Order: sequence, then C-alpha cells, then structure tokens
Amino acid sequence: MAKIFVENQAHEVDSKKNLLEVCLSLGYDIPYFCWHPALGSVGACRQCAVKQFRDENDKQGKLVMSCMTPADDGSRISIHDEEAREFRESIVEWLMTNHPHDCPVCDEGGECHLQDMTVMTGHTYRDYRFPKRTFENQYLGPFLNHEMNRCIECYRCVRYYREYAGGRDLNVFASRNRVYFGRHEDGVLENEFSGNLVEICPTGVFTDKTLKKHYTRKWDLQMAPSLCVHCAAGCNITPGERYGTVRRIVNRYNHHVNGYFLCDRGRFGYEFVNAPERIREPQMRGHGGTLAPVQKQAALGAVAQMLETPEKVIGIGSPRASIESNYALRELVGEEHFYSGVSETERRLTARAIEILRTGPARTPSLVEIEAADAVLILGEDVTQTAPRLALGLRQAALNAPREKAKKIGIPQWHDAALREVIQAEHGPFFIASAAGSRLDEVATATLRAAPNEVARFGFAVAHALDSASPQPSNLSADMQQLAQKAAEALKQAQRPLIVAGVSCGSMAIVEAAANVAAALCRPEAPAHLAIVLPECNSMGLGLLAPRSLDEAAEAVRSGAAETVIVLENDLFRRMGRAEAEALLQGAKAVVAIDHLLNDTTGRAAIVFPASTFAEGDGTLVSHEGRAQGFVQLAGATGSVQESWRWLREISLAAGHHRMADWLNVTEVRTAIADGLKIFAGLESVTPPGSFRIAGQKIPRAPHRYSGRTAMLANISVHEPKPPEDPDSPLSFSMEGYPGMPPASVNPFFWAPSWNSIQSTAKFQEEVGGELRGGDPGLRLLEPPAAADPQYHSDAPADPAQPNGEWLAVPLHHIFGSEELSILSPAIAERAPKPYVALHPEDAGALNLAEGTEAEVRINGSTQRLPVKLAPDMARGLAGIPAGLPQTKSLQLPAWSRITKLP
Amino acid sequence: MERPLTKNIQPGRPPFALKEYEQAGGYQSVRKALGSMTPGEVTQLVKDSNLRGRGGAGFSTGMKWSFVPMGDDAPRPKYLVVNGDEMEPGTFKDRVLLEGDPHQLIEAVILASYAIQADVCYVFIRREYVLATRLVNQAIAEAYQGGWIGENIQGSGYSLEVHVHSSAGRYMCGEETGLLNALEGKRVTPRAKPPFPQVSGLWGKPTIVQNVETLCNLPHIVNNGVAWYKSLSVTGEGGTKLFGVSGKVKRPGCWELPVGIPMRELLEEHAGGMRDGVRFRGVLPGGASTDFLVEEHLDTPMDVASIAKAGSRLGTGTMIVLDDKTCPVGMLWNLEHFFAQESCGWCTPCREGLPYTEKILWAFEEGQGKAEDLDVLSKHVRFLGPGLTFCALAPGAMAPLGSGLKHFRGDFEKHLEQKGCPWRS
Repeated sequence: MAKIFVENQAHEVDSKKNLLEVCLSLGYDIPYFCWHPALGSVGACRQCAVKQFRDENDKQGKLVMSCMTPADDGSRISIHDEEAREFRESIVEWLMTNHPHDCPVCDEGGECHLQDMTVMTGHTYRDYRFPKRTFENQYLGPFLNHEMNRCIECYRCVRYYREYAGGRDLNVFASRNRVYFGRHEDGVLENEFSGNLVEICPTGVFTDKTLKKHYTRKWDLQMAPSLCVHCAAGCNITPGERYGTVRRIVNRYNHHVNGYFLCDRGRFGYEFVNAPERIREPQMRGHGGTLAPVQKQAALGAVAQMLETPEKVIGIGSPRASIESNYALRELVGEEHFYSGVSETERRLTARAIEILRTGPARTPSLVEIEAADAVLILGEDVTQTAPRLALGLRQAALNAPREKAKKIGIPQWHDAALREVIQAEHGPFFIASAAGSRLDEVATATLRAAPNEVARFGFAVAHALDSASPQPSNLSADMQQLAQKAAEALKQAQRPLIVAGVSCGSMAIVEAAANVAAALCRPEAPAHLAIVLPECNSMGLGLLAPRSLDEAAEAVRSGAAETVIVLENDLFRRMGRAEAEALLQGAKAVVAIDHLLNDTTGRAAIVFPASTFAEGDGTLVSHEGRAQGFVQLAGATGSVQESWRWLREISLAAGHHRMADWLNVTEVRTAIADGLKIFAGLESVTPPGSFRIAGQKIPRAPHRYSGRTAMLANISVHEPKPPEDPDSPLSFSMEGYPGMPPASVNPFFWAPSWNSIQSTAKFQEEVGGELRGGDPGLRLLEPPAAADPQYHSDAPADPAQPNGEWLAVPLHHIFGSEELSILSPAIAERAPKPYVALHPEDAGALNLAEGTEAEVRINGSTQRLPVKLAPDMARGLAGIPAGLPQTKSLQLPAWSRITKLP
Repeated sequence: MERPLTKNIQPGRPPFALKEYEQAGGYQSVRKALGSMTPGEVTQLVKDSNLRGRGGAGFSTGMKWSFVPMGDDAPRPKYLVVNGDEMEPGTFKDRVLLEGDPHQLIEAVILASYAIQADVCYVFIRREYVLATRLVNQAIAEAYQGGWIGENIQGSGYSLEVHVHSSAGRYMCGEETGLLNALEGKRVTPRAKPPFPQVSGLWGKPTIVQNVETLCNLPHIVNNGVAWYKSLSVTGEGGTKLFGVSGKVKRPGCWELPVGIPMRELLEEHAGGMRDGVRFRGVLPGGASTDFLVEEHLDTPMDVASIAKAGSRLGTGTMIVLDDKTCPVGMLWNLEHFFAQESCGWCTPCREGLPYTEKILWAFEEGQGKAEDLDVLSKHVRFLGPGLTFCALAPGAMAPLGSGLKHFRGDFEKHLEQKGCPWRS
C-alpha cells in the first residue's frame, strides 16, 4: 500500500498500480486514450497528464503522465492544476486538428470516449484553420466498419489486436500525422476477437457493421443484463433492442468471466433472434400435414390430452435451454421420463466431467483464474473454436511466466511498453496435444499432433510422470514419453498450473487423462486448475439435472413405451444420426416441440410452442466453470412468445396438475429448483426478485436520454401502449426508475455521468479492472472438498490399431459455423466454412487426392461428397470434418470412415 | 595541438587498412585492456576521463556503462550498439570518422564491448552513408581476419561478434531506443525509459548505445590515460571534439579541436568568417535541435556546460549559421517541416503539434499569418517541451522555434505587417 495525495487529500492506494489507475479507482476523472485497463500503459497519447510535486514545499511541480507514473508512497499530485488542465486541453485540440467532427453521422456518437474526453478537457473552441488529412477506408469483412478519418492514433487497436488477441492482419502503417491503422489491403479481419475493436477504439474508426444495418444510438436502446448463448463460457453481454429487434451486443464486464472482451461469435451471433425462422405463435399440424398457427388454448388442450396417459409421455431436455425450462420439463414428465437432449457420448462425458469437478481435488477455474495460470496443458480441445473467450484468456496466461521475469528487473506489471520489450516473443510453459492445429499453437512451447486416443495416452503419461501412482500408458513412443516428461516438469514447477480439456472430440479417455494430470499436480501450496470445456451455453446445467440418455429415449419410443415426446428447445438432428432422429420423431405418436426457431425437429412436430430466446425471457444458465448466472429479458415478447418454462407450466395446468401452479416468476422457479436439487442451493439469489426496489423504484432498462417513447408507435396509434409487465426482474421497460447504480446482476448497461461510452465500466468497479461493486454476478455450483485426495482414473487406453483402410473421422470445430444459433446471423454465416474433409497431405497423397478434389466419405452408413482440404498440421490417419454445419450436423463423430476418390 | 581522433585521416586518401592502422599504433589499446585490465577497470577509467556522449545529450559515458548488469548471472547476450545514424541536420562529423578511420571505431568497439562484457555489437549506419557502410564492413572483415574480433580475441578468452546494419533511414533511428526498435525490425518508435537500455535494451537484453565519435575517444584514453585526456581541452571537460560549421561562411567544414574553444574562434578562424556581403545573425550551435545563440554569445566556450549556460546545447557540436540575407521564419519553417516529417507518429504533441507549427510558419511566409499565431507557437514551445512528449524529438524541434521567437520576434512581426516574407521579392 502507498499513501498518496491528490489535491492535498490523502488516500491509501495500491503501490503496484500507476497514478491513473488509482485516481480512476478513487473516483477522480482523468481523461485518457491510449491506456486501457486490460492493455496497460504505453504513454502514447499524453492525455492523462497531471502535475506532480516533490513534496509539500514544492509549489512548482512538473507535468507527468499519470499512466506512466507509479503510485509510489508519498506521491503528491494535482489533477486540477491549471497547467495540467491546459496541457490536457491542448492534447484534445491537437487530436481534433485531424478529426472530422462528424459526430451526427458517426455510429459512435453518444457513446464516444473521444466526445467524453473532449468535453472533460474543456476544449470547445477550435483555433486550427488548416486543411485536415484524409484517408481511404477499407473493407474489413462482415463484422466491422472502418472510418480512418476519425482516428486519433491512440494505438489501442493494434495493441489489442496484435499483442493481446494475437491477430496478424491489422497493423499501423506510415508515420508522422499520416499513421494509418488497417490491413495491408482490403479484406476480412481474421482474428476471432476482432469485434472488441468496437469497444477498444475510443472513437468511430471501428464500428459494428451489424448494428449499422439497423442502427440505433445507445441512448435509444433498451438494454438488459444478459448472457451469451453461443458456447459454455458464460460471457456476460449487454444486448440492445428497439422496435422489437435486437440491434447489437456489447460486452458486459464481469471480472471473473469475460472481463472486457467477447468473441466475435458472441458479439455478432445475435441476429437469430430477429430471424424470419422465428416461431411467434403456437402451431398445430392440420389435416393437410402442414403446421398452422392456432389459438394457444387449442394447442394447450391438445397436449393436455396427451398427458392423460403420463407414463407414455417423455421429455427431452436441451443444453441451450435454461435450467428453469429443463427443470420444468423434468417436473412435467417426471424424473424417470426426462431424457438428455445431447448425444449419448456427450451425456456420458458431461456426467464424468461433473463428477470429476465435484470430487476434486482440482478446482474448475474462473476465466480470471485461467488468465492467471503460469503453465498450461491443453488436451484435445481446440478452445479457440469451442470456447473462444477462454482462448483469449489462455493467450494472456502464456505471458505470465515471462512477466514474472520482468518483475525481477523492476518493471511494473502495468507498464505494457516495457513488458513487451523485455518479453519479446517469449512464452511461458504451454503444451497442446490435439488432432489438428490451432490458433494457440503459436504460443505453445510444444505441440503434439495425434488421434484423440493418443492425446489421452499422452495425458496419462504426463500424469504418471507427475505421480507414479497414476496409471501408465503402454507402448508410448520415445518422443511422446520425452514430451510428457518435459510437460510434467514444467507443470510441476508452476505456481498456478492449468489443465484444459473438453468433450468436443468425444473422448472419455481425454477427460480422464486431464483429470489425472490435474489430480497429480494438486498440492496444498499450488492448487491446480482443471477446465473442462463443454459445448453449449447450458450443457453444464442440463448435466447437473442428470437426465437419462437420449438413446434410451429412442429405445422407449421404438418399444412403444413412450408415445408422446416433448422436445425442449432442441434440434435432435444435431444429437443423433439422421436415421435415428427420423426414427425417434416419426416413431412417436406425437411430438410436441417448444422452440424459438423452425428447424428439422420442429418441422416434424405435431404441436409447436413459441419459446423466447435470451432476448425475450428470463432464466439461468450454468457455464462450464459451474457458474450459474441469470439473464434478464431485454424487451417485451411479440406474439405468444414466452419462456419454455412458462409454456410447460401452462401445459401442466391445462392437464390439471398443480405442481407448478406457484411458478409465477423466475425467482419462484429458481426457489423450487434450489429446494428440489441440493446442487442448485442458492439459485434463487442469482438475480434479485421482481419485487426488488431501490428507493422504491425499479431499474430502468432504457437510458434517461431514451427518446420518443411516447411517439414510437404513434403512426399506428396515438395512445401510448402500456409498457409490458415484468414479474421476473426489478427492471422496468422504460427510462424511468432509479438513476443510480443497481446491483451488478441486474445492471442493464454501463453509463455514468461524463462517461457515456463503455469506458464508464470503471465507475462500476471496486477498483479499475477489479470486481464490480457489490460483487460480480454468478453463483459457483461446483467446489470440490478442500482436501480431496487424488482419485486416479483407472486404465490408460491402449494403442488401438487402425482398421484396415479406414480413417478416423474427427470433428473440427469452427467458431463461425459449428454453433446452431449464431450461423443464422448473416454476418456469421458469411464467415462459416463450406463442408470439407481435411487430410494430412501425405495421407491425401496416398489416396491420390489433391486440394479441392472431391472425395466420397462414408461414415456410419451415410455418404458425403466433400472437397479435400490439405491440412499439414493434422495428425496422420485422421480425416477432419467440420462439426455442426447445417450439412454435417447429424454426423456423429468421431467415427471410422472410408474415403475414396470420386471418378 | 593534438588531434587524436583524426590523426589517421587525410582528406582525399583512403582510410588505413589493417596493416597500416596497426603500424600507426592501432589496436594497442585492445592489447592493453584485454591483457591487463578488468572490465570494471576500463569502465572506471572512462568514468574518470569525464568523457561525455558526443551524440547530442552529453551524458557521462562511464556512468552509462556502470548501469549494465555484470557478473555471471547477468542476462545474456549483452549488446553494444554503435549509433551511426547521423541524421541531425547540419551534422556530418561521424561521417568523417566512419569514412576516414573505420579501424579506430572497431578498436573502440572492442574496448567498450569488453568493458560491459557485450557478446555482440551492431554498427547502425545511416542509410545514405553508403561509402561508410562499405568501408566499415571492409574493416570488420580485416579485423576478423586479424584476430581482433571474433572468438577468443588475441587469446584473451573474450569473444565478440560485430555486424553492420544499414538503416532504412529515419531521423528517429538516431534516438537510441528508436534505433533499437529499428534493429529489431519494428517500427521506429521510441521506448519508455525506464527501463533504460542498459537493463532492457535490444531484444530485452542489456545494451549500450553509443555514438560513433564518443567511442572513437576510447582507444586514446586507454593508451594515454586520464591526465593526458583531460589536458587536451581548453576548459575542464577534457578531450577534443569534431566541430562543424555550415551556412554562409567562407570555409564550411569539420575540424577536430580542443573542447572549450570559443565559438568565435571556430567561426572566424576555422570557418573563415562570414561570406562577403552577408552578416552574422545567429547560430544553432549543436545541430538543428539546439537553441539559437546570437552575437552576444560568440565568446562562449564550446563545451557542454558553457553552451548550456548560454541557453542552448552543445549537441553534436556542429553549428548552423544564420545570416542576414536569409529569412529566419523561413529557416524555422524548413526546420519544423523536417521535424514534422520525421515524427514517428507515436505521441500526440509531436505528431499533431509539429505539423501545426509548420503550417503556421508557412502561413507567415505566405502572408496568411495572424498575430494570435505567435501565442499558438509559444504554446507549442511550452507544451512540446522535455517530459511532455514521449521522446526528445519534439523538444529538440522546439529549441530553434522557441529561441527564434525570442531573438527574431521582429522578423515575425515584419511578416505580419508586410503580409508576406520580406526576404522574398
């Protein structure tokens, strides 16, 4: 700690920080541009100058950049000093000499850090009378708009994109006042985290292109605290709505989860909410066999009739539906009739992952803990594609070991410029074993390319090298043995080792190998972390409900034990082979689907209920960390759309049951779940109840500057409609309500006086870059017992022989394309790959296949014609197939395949 | 009068090859230092000699070296980088040394490298110095062959690699940390200090960046000792220095002279005084980024302390003379045009402020100047000062402007009155 004086006022601050950080944390306003809490200091913009004095007798003082000055004990500074103020004003004046002042037509207007800082410095009158420089703008792909003339050269974009996110194709060119930030030529920005440039850029150089298509100013958006539904990482988001459509997503800071950043799938995948495939009214299959809208009561009545023979009704849950909806289905059909909505392989893997994380000894880490790891081993999971935000965190973790070295020569951790010079291209211990190459390979100490089974055997070898009590795999090659030894040593020396695995390659052995390594590493002084990546936003939540296997559901239908199948927010064609899915859906007497989109499953249902997406409903999702987080409805639903749990409650009531009669709001449902299942204890507290008030007021979803509410629908009716009721949360559909800071879990947006942009996040934090005031949202459900002994998973798998002439087809995941909902957003669809089969060039050569030639791939009796993609970083003997694309979604991988060249 | 730095240099004659250089007493200092002195003793000797950097900043050389981590646990490799990016307008002294006596530089490089126990030396040479680059490369090849550099130099157990890097050419490359970035293949932006290059320099390793002329003093200090070195100067700072004069003088050129000779002597005796028909108005005593001195300062001794006291900087010791037939505002415009163009674009005041001053000065020249512009220029002088910008480029650029506004204010006013440049007709 250090005692510093600001305007002669004493403050206790953290001496390991710089003056800018501590002053912002204390609530002082100092304008800045190039500094960012996640990027550190480089001293480029000179905007944060303050006057520093040697001691109390020093009346002269000198101007220093607060971001580059440590908060040493006894520091004395003045922010209001006249010279400092004048200098800061000059900085903005200089920046403005080339800024086009085009705020009225700029998408950043109203949430522009440059606007805020300009006002803060007091620069209002412009002396500059000479011509401004102009630039050509670039096409950067479907996500981002480029307007270089607005640039104030703070260098944040390239620092973020290149150094933080590992991108290569954005750079700074030229020099003096002609520096240009862009690509070497027009083209799609490649990096998976490019969308964060929208928030990193302090002005309107990089803006959200998807927003541009249905543009609305921040002040005109209705917003709510929400969660990303496109993977299991649990990133917190702030979606914005106007006129019933979602307009955009921005990051919602959560210190323990996503921090300041989202991935591009999370940011730009939202447009499925507005998709024409949305179901808005209940539908029933008529005599002609086509679905047609019906009155709600008719549909409910029809299902109620089916429920007259409850033993013949089964429910299939979903990893993309909330805990509340899954639990409601389980309540409706009974625990013994509640089946998993995921493939049998995935269900078993998820169940094992849960068991491992519950029993310990390794803990499941939060994202902030992942970022703090100082040695990493990844087994089998291409995190960049399956849980992208984790990959961004892992990239930072790779720098922790060299950062420690920098500390030894006295470089403070906030001093990014100096850190980068010392660290250069160095990385800490980072090992990846996987079937194919990944974006993180470039930060890896060593990589191993092998089939999933071999990856698992490698993991077992690492665990055995750490603790001989852990089983040893047989016949390991000398190379693998050596690498295992090297990885084990590096992990052992680390203070915060991290093992990452996942279920995406369908290998139980990999999950168990990862568990063994983590268990072998765990010591009281250096606890190891084990992150197991699950595929979907509520895979963990569904897994915790311990549903029965989908195969058993299929069997129940086949045997006639089940006649009615209620499918919750799920397309079963993604969960099983096409034939199996057809058999299940056609075999049932009636299929009832509750979903928000038309898909292959709803297309085969007799009755369909329109479910809300994250945007129109409330619920809880459990991330793969085991963090239960609530999401709050963004806008009033249109048509009959409502949460699935509300539909299930109504079905139950229509059938004359009263078990769910009290579930009038989401808090009641959460309370019922917490009462019903011990693992969910405390669930009701993830967000305050609908009755919660601050100073007797609700929390407004819309900013106080929200315009035209009374006039928005005046072209239809001059009577302003009554805002929708929200029994689930304390948020109002209005700009009226409590103007102060609400609890973080129900904070609809970041906005503070003088801070209109997302940089206002600092005002909501205990300290800059730290936890949100009053605690970050989320309830961790999985904490292993404190002193758990290592439990090793039994036998390491043997080296399997490759069946003659067959290739192991493995799924290759794509951030853009492999996920069901986001691909319905046009921008994401544009980035999705076409189906292909990836082969190692030598394997392709053996098959007489070249890049682009069509091959016939037979998997599990189905045949695909796929163009060949040569992948030099694939393991030999494997065939990579893109997972989850509309054309490949039903392939159950990994599976043995036959590949032949088409004549 | 002794001329240790240039004793082997004769205009019009190619520099000494290795054999000639050795016959002239070359590389003796290396035998002495590597044979009988510890690295610490070499550093101490240089500290005692009071040698100050000749690149412009005038910092004590021995002091600079003493910050390099020494001993077995020091990070490796360590680097010596020779700053031969002589791009300061009006400055052409290092060129004389590079082209005139490249072996002297290599001898000095070995001494400095030995003192800080560097493993590798890069000689960073300005793009346009094509001849110097060729000659230094030749000399390096000879020195490798002669066993003066490379593995186990003269059986001492000390090894050193030396490479030449021909710059891609930016003024910023002369700034020591910008130079390091350039060497690493990065954009030429300056680095934050601290950490200083001595601790975290080239590729994050301990590094000393030293100007060509500074280094060339070393063999003579090692050979002849501190007392001899100190006795060379007129004033107390010790040694000789290459001084240059450009502008409308009779004999512009470059001479090795004792540190501390009066400016008037340099101007009138060595440069031959002003050309006929023009009168002296002022001088930038140490290159383009130093403050104007005028008539009253002509008796100032040319050393770091005296020139500083007079209100300017010795800088590189190469002066640019302004005469009464040249428009001071036009000269300032030319200088600021150069500096604005050479700004790397990293920090706001330099990147945006310098073009602003350039545009205002041009407006004066074009008759578009306004009285308020003088305040705007003064504000730039104040806010582009040391510590406020990221590196010394902009403060250097403000030195002639600030002093020009003081000494030639009347000329600015004439531009306003006559709505244009009085020197143009």
